[in-house]
Amino acid sequence: MIALSLALAASARAEELLPYTIVNDGIPASLTGAPGDVARGRALVLARTTTCILCHSGPFPETRFQGDLAPDLTGAGNRWSASQLRLRLVDASRFNPDTIMPSYYRADGLVRVGRNFAGKPILSAAEIEDIVAFLATLRD
Amino acid sequence: MISWRAIAVATLFAVAPALLAGEIPPDARRSGYTFMGPDTRAMQDDDTSNPGMLFVLDGEALWAKKTGSANRACADCHGDARSSMKGVAARYPAFDKAIGRPVTLDQRINLCRADHQQAAPLPYEDRELLALSAFVAHQSRGIPITAGDDPQAKPFVAQGRALFMQREGQLNLACTNCHDDNFDKRLAGAPITQGQPTGYPLYRLEWQTLGSLERRLRSCMTGVRAQAYDYGSPELVALELYLMSRARGLPMETPAVRP
Repeated sequence: MIALSLALAASARAEELLPYTIVNDGIPASLTGAPGDVARGRALVLARTTTCILCHSGPFPETRFQGDLAPDLTGAGNRWSASQLRLRLVDASRFNPDTIMPSYYRADGLVRVGRNFAGKPILSAAEIEDIVAFLATLRD
Repeated sequence: MISWRAIAVATLFAVAPALLAGEIPPDARRSGYTFMGPDTRAMQDDDTSNPGMLFVLDGEALWAKKTGSANRACADCHGDARSSMKGVAARYPAFDKAIGRPVTLDQRINLCRADHQQAAPLPYEDRELLALSAFVAHQSRGIPITAGDDPQAKPFVAQGRALFMQREGQLNLACTNCHDDNFDKRLAGAPITQGQPTGYPLYRLEWQTLGSLERRLRSCMTGVRAQAYDYGSPELVALELYLMSRARGLPMETPAVRP
């Protein structure tokens, strides 16, 4: 209950972000209310501007330039539920304040954000849902 | 060509202050050179294939050329740069008593132009400024970095260190997250270095030209989607000073070549 009220308070500060409800270690409900698109999610994970592939690697044989700063995404759908994946994308720092993984759905508490990015989350709610849908399919 | 045995010896004898958590110990400090492939190393090592040497040669000509309303050349005051400029760049940014803060080598060149040549300042990343900087810094090639040792520079080293540790930008990352904690790993397939500024100004293949450390720092800030500091800003100078003090003992390589 405490986690829930904190999350609502935090998301209320950045106006354009949709509110979400944390339950245990995840966000069970879709941010948009609709399921994401797996194919779009795969394209987003591989797009350098989305930044996933800069640090992560995964079962993407066509992509040469992958990172190794973060866990391989292979089997992510076995390790995490959609609810857990959603919260990890939205705000990974909730699990580890020292993580280098950015909080993809947050627009407050940041320092010196570039003009073109100020007040915006890294990903939109719909993009998060597409990526969650795709990662959930990564099963061994 | 730099002897890596000399680097090891220089590093061994460097007297470093007590390390703070997360910092790279002196014997583990590595130039970006050690993260490169053999082709890029070979390009740097051979002066006839190192594109930065063209700038050094231009800088040598500018050193001797009279300029400004004083009609005076650098050489008219400083003489032969091979002796007068030897080791100078390894101590920059250096504290300037007149203005009470550290100045970069680029800023020193422009201060000299204003005060002694009565010449207009050269813009940042201007070819002439890079050439002069490269020529001066080249006279320190092989000399261990000692910038930041001046006690008057210490508060500015501390300011630079705080900026290095500060998370910033939409991606909320600090320099230290990559360059202290994750060097040798790969970001989008490319090795992350320690960010030791041993060879500036340097020739970056990605830029297809010589560029300053400030250009590199601004590009990193843009990468984490932060608002980059302006060229010559006190913050960038402090960061540059901290980075040089963090590279203490590593030999200068100007003009380095990097991917």
